[in-house]
Amino acid sequence: MSEPQRKTPSWLDERFGAGTIEEFLRHKIVPIHRHSIWYYFGGMTLFLFIIQVLTGILLLLYYRPTPNDAFESVQYMMTQVRFGWLIRSVHSWSANLMIFTAFVHMFSVYFLKAYRKPRELTWVTGMLLLFVVMGFGFSGYLLPWNTLAFFATKVGTEMAGSVPVVGKWFLIFLRGGEEVTGATLTRFFGFHVAVLPGLATCLLALHLLLVQQLGMSTPPGVERAIAEGREPRRSMPFFPNFLLRDMIGWYAALGVLGALAAIFPWELGTKADAFAAAPAGIRPEWYFLFMFQTLKYLPSKIFFVDGELVGIFVFSAAALVWVAVPFLDRKIGFGRTTRIFTGAGVFVIGYMMLFSWLALR
Amino acid sequence: MKNAAATLLIMMCVLGSAGADSGKNSCLDCHAALDDARLVKPAKLFDGDIHHQAGLTCADCHGGNPDDDSMSAMSPAKGFRGVPKKAAIPDFCARCHSNATYMHPFNTKLPVDQLSEYVTSVHGKRLKQGDAKVATCVDCHRVHNILSVKDPRAPVYPSNVATTCGRCHADAAYMKEYKIPTDQVAHYQKSVHAEVLAQGDTSAPTCTTCHGNHGAAPPGVNSVVMVCGTCHVFFAQLFEKSPHQAAFTQMGLPGCVQCHSNHEIVKPSDSWVGVGPNSICSTCHSSGDAGFKSSQGIAMDLGRLNLAIAQADSVLDTAERAGMEVSEAKLELANAHEALIKGRVNVHTFRASEVQKVTEPGLEIAKKANQAGAAALQELNVRRKGLGIALITILVAIAGLYLKIRQIESKPQA
Repeated sequence: MSEPQRKTPSWLDERFGAGTIEEFLRHKIVPIHRHSIWYYFGGMTLFLFIIQVLTGILLLLYYRPTPNDAFESVQYMMTQVRFGWLIRSVHSWSANLMIFTAFVHMFSVYFLKAYRKPRELTWVTGMLLLFVVMGFGFSGYLLPWNTLAFFATKVGTEMAGSVPVVGKWFLIFLRGGEEVTGATLTRFFGFHVAVLPGLATCLLALHLLLVQQLGMSTPPGVERAIAEGREPRRSMPFFPNFLLRDMIGWYAALGVLGALAAIFPWELGTKADAFAAAPAGIRPEWYFLFMFQTLKYLPSKIFFVDGELVGIFVFSAAALVWVAVPFLDRKIGFGRTTRIFTGAGVFVIGYMMLFSWLALR
Repeated sequence: MKNAAATLLIMMCVLGSAGADSGKNSCLDCHAALDDARLVKPAKLFDGDIHHQAGLTCADCHGGNPDDDSMSAMSPAKGFRGVPKKAAIPDFCARCHSNATYMHPFNTKLPVDQLSEYVTSVHGKRLKQGDAKVATCVDCHRVHNILSVKDPRAPVYPSNVATTCGRCHADAAYMKEYKIPTDQVAHYQKSVHAEVLAQGDTSAPTCTTCHGNHGAAPPGVNSVVMVCGTCHVFFAQLFEKSPHQAAFTQMGLPGCVQCHSNHEIVKPSDSWVGVGPNSICSTCHSSGDAGFKSSQGIAMDLGRLNLAIAQADSVLDTAERAGMEVSEAKLELANAHEALIKGRVNVHTFRASEVQKVTEPGLEIAKKANQAGAAALQELNVRRKGLGIALITILVAIAGLYLKIRQIESKPQA
């Protein structure tokens, strides 16, 4: 080891206890089994989140959040700023990939029962992070101030406004008035670059702390096989073995992102015009499609109650139940799984895929 | 038998209405209860009539006493005028419709010159000569179920006018003795005017827009430009200053319709100018004359701009389909389209120099748009090459990481 390399940790160790971190990394292990591949999706989501933060900061250098300038500033970035098109396209594609990997991570945790004791709070913080990420998607969608985003936001906020008692207040809070206007754009910009990043940072810190504190969960089936001697307990050091593997995934994600941005640059569309007729085929981002399609199929009235309202209530209740799964799936424990929850998970995935496909037809 | 039944009914009306209020309309009551469908019809139709909605009764037009339930209500002594003869219909309607004082309370904007216009029309003149086949008020506006001209169900509503006129003018047998064509409506239906009207633009011209409504008459040869020019003002002004104005007057040619036709006014094409197979210019001009040269020059200018726009459009579309942001260039190209439209308008000067004056800037815009499209495609190429290099770098990095992992894991654990 060369002289400067020896000195640096020592200097840091004296002041910040860097040796503790090194010690922690050296002793942190990751279980190896037939489901280990799913461990990488959490890191992949984090990597894409970092890309979002970095590209978002670069976009902020040029973006102007007013109805008169928003569209033009994005257009300027895409046509005049060197690599502006790449930054914007990577930001948009990365947002979608991040939501995709977050969903994959969530479902893998669900099916591998990684939420079971003592990781209930890891699951809860993860779910809250997923909601925040979807909030990022919803608020960011409006920012280019194009026709599609304008009308999709109008429909989306109208849905929020149909909630009884607080709906009207919530709609005005989101829109900054009765209609989608410049006030809405300013608010969504504020949510997107200040409120949600703040929330996401806190939740992410807590989530990562819990992951580090509690370690990675081994699926019940694997635990049982190890206990019955059918499988040996295997693991690898987090640093550098797992981290290097993680990095392979990150590089692959970077390649996919670059290819998507270069081959399919994210469209800008036409500038929003509040007085224009809503374009045909308005639909939200793909991760909201299953809800959007369900609400479309619901009759206008269900037992004297507004159909859309029933739909929103059912989805809200389902989301609450989903968050509370670690507290409801009480029979789960060492080597045991509850089939009802596994079946419910399969149903949810099937439902989301089927209704998203129906909306895309 | 029928008359006996009618008399009985009328008597029943008389007995039944003894002591009734004077506001009662005995005309409607009795006519509605009659057996004769011809006599019942007016009573049934009148409910939807604009006059009924304005509070007028049968007696306001036909006279008589609506308070009287007996047959004497229809006595000439009580002012009963009955059904007017065809020749008397215009005057019959004009009793009110030409009276500004009377009409004002109902509709301040309603004209009161219909009769004075009508008497100047071909219809009015022939009626005066005793021709009972010509149109009078009720032939176009109907009778007893007259609707406002603003009502889309009215036969005089813009989208219904051609059909209303065509009821007589497209009927070859009915029009036989007049020796005028009966294909006007068929031709009009193919016109750009009918197309726009069918799309819901009620300001689009129909028969009455050019021929007048109450003073309906065919525009004379000298007034065609003025008729077309009421809407196409700029074209008419250009035509009046063009060399064609004097030549057409001298030759007795009817201005606009000479090239555009009268009823079948289809969408003009650039191929109409020049000396090609569809050229209208070459129907009068021949090789060597000034008009021939002008038309060649105009066609060439329009053709060049058309081609330049098409090329720029194609390049920009290709770039846009490839995901490149070219909306600014596309917006710019719209100005070239505008120049082309101006060039087409300037065709009516019939001078190549006037057309060139507006097509030249358009060519410059189209050229710049084309360059922007080409630059976007070039940029796309650079991006793809950059992507290739980036992907190779990433693959090398992944391979390096893989080898490093293998190297670490091949060492025996301490």
